[in-house]
Amino acid sequence: MIYDALIAPFIEFEFMRRALAAAIALSLGGAPIGVFLMLRRMSLVGDAMAHAILPGAAIGFLLSGLNLFAMTVGGLIAGFTVAILAGVVARTTDLKEDASLATFYLASLALGVTIVSIKGTNIDLLHILFGNILAMDDPTLLVVAFNATITLVVLAVIYRPLVIESVDPVFLRTVSRAGAPAHLAFLALVVVNLVNGFQALGTLLAVGLMILPAGIARFWSRDITGMICIAVVSAIASGYLGLVLSFQTRVPSGPAIILVATVLYVGSVLFGNVRGVIRQLFPGRHLEA
Amino acid sequence: MAAQLQFRDVTLGYDRHPAVHHLDGEVAPGALLAIVGPNGAGKSTLFRGIVGILKPLAGTILTGGLDIRDIAYLPQTVDIDRSFPISVFDFVGTGLWRQVGFFGGIGKEAREGVAQALAAVGLSGFENRTIGTLSGGQMQRMLFARVLLQDARLIVLDEPFNAVDAKTSADLLALIKRWHSEKRTVLAALHDMDLVRVNFPETLLLARGEVAWGVTGEVLTVENLMEARRMCEAFDDSAAACAVDDAASKAA
Repeated sequence: MIYDALIAPFIEFEFMRRALAAAIALSLGGAPIGVFLMLRRMSLVGDAMAHAILPGAAIGFLLSGLNLFAMTVGGLIAGFTVAILAGVVARTTDLKEDASLATFYLASLALGVTIVSIKGTNIDLLHILFGNILAMDDPTLLVVAFNATITLVVLAVIYRPLVIESVDPVFLRTVSRAGAPAHLAFLALVVVNLVNGFQALGTLLAVGLMILPAGIARFWSRDITGMICIAVVSAIASGYLGLVLSFQTRVPSGPAIILVATVLYVGSVLFGNVRGVIRQLFPGRHLEA
Repeated sequence: MAAQLQFRDVTLGYDRHPAVHHLDGEVAPGALLAIVGPNGAGKSTLFRGIVGILKPLAGTILTGGLDIRDIAYLPQTVDIDRSFPISVFDFVGTGLWRQVGFFGGIGKEAREGVAQALAAVGLSGFENRTIGTLSGGQMQRMLFARVLLQDARLIVLDEPFNAVDAKTSADLLALIKRWHSEKRTVLAALHDMDLVRVNFPETLLLARGEVAWGVTGEVLTVENLMEARRMCEAFDDSAAACAVDDAASKAA
């Protein structure tokens, strides 16, 4: 039955409702950030940052076990440190941001895994790397919602300089000094959302709920407002369908969500109305003007 | 009348190598000044110094108390991400930054301002196109529309007529004349000597240092142009530290 498959799990089980709430909050905060990451050609930077937060989270784990608050604080500190260091290196030397980030994140990943293995088991490592959205307790859920709210507020503040800096950085430099602070604030938001997703999806998949919806949106809209809306909606849809899939098939929840997003992505690449593959293969006759 | 722009022994460059070397001079408010010189003469570097994105290695550039937002700058190689999903209307609207800043609303008046700027450059009807769909000439027209909206006292245009057709250059030149008639100070780097002779009363012939600066007809002589070409020697990787400063400090 459709009802049993799609709705009943959320009515019957509180952990499913919490997971859905977490997925929606993550989508609201993360998807707009993902759109900017994509438009600024920083998708892989987001991926790199996801690894960079690991040592901080691992130190939190070392100090207080699987305490999500401690791990979040640690992750935030590590992420900010790497983001700011990489940003400063990129802005003051000839090294581009991606190259300096690559260095920092590789070091961080190695360090993080080392720290976790000092104290934890392989199960702990798995939990940290892949998260568990089905184990959301109240405080965790509140932290996730809080971070999503902060993200939207800060994004509203830096929206204009961020857009202008993305499209015409030299112009922004000549009219305002907001470019560098906006860029750093944006990197901070990336970190906040990665840490946020990290509890639900783990360090390795957290970035998925940011980048995949952005990629989907690119195939359905030509303007940035539309892209952000579509990205949020497709992220929420991926979260919901992923949870359903996970509930029915015992696929782990994090990978299920990302796999659903991937299916939506492939569908968009094929059928999207903005330069999708099918659209390009059968463009129709050319126009008169 | 106080100068709009003053160069006091300005040296600008990259990695200590000067691209503009010991430039002195003044630009009066409302001047229409052409900057002419061979490739590598330091025209773009000078402009980057004026708008404040390149700090002088030595000397000072005074802008007569203008805020950076009072200066409109059109760079030569525009570093615009043309694949960015932004409409022509919104892009031109960024020229309103000084009025609206982070949060200011874009009201009816501002919308009309954008529409008028687009009309002035002949891009009416392009409002909802994304910037990636514009041709090179249309792009240049759009950038002029943004400069129009910036409503700046000082306008700095780096080779504004590069790679645009005759009709577009003529239209854009008309805008430059309009700015001149509005008593704005306009600096433009140009290569077309005939265009400069006809339209620009004042010219600076630059070849790292000043070759000649004054009334266009007296600056653009065959001898001066030859001299400029000769002075534009290549950037020397193993050049010694500039001796002019040493001499000056010994004299003092």
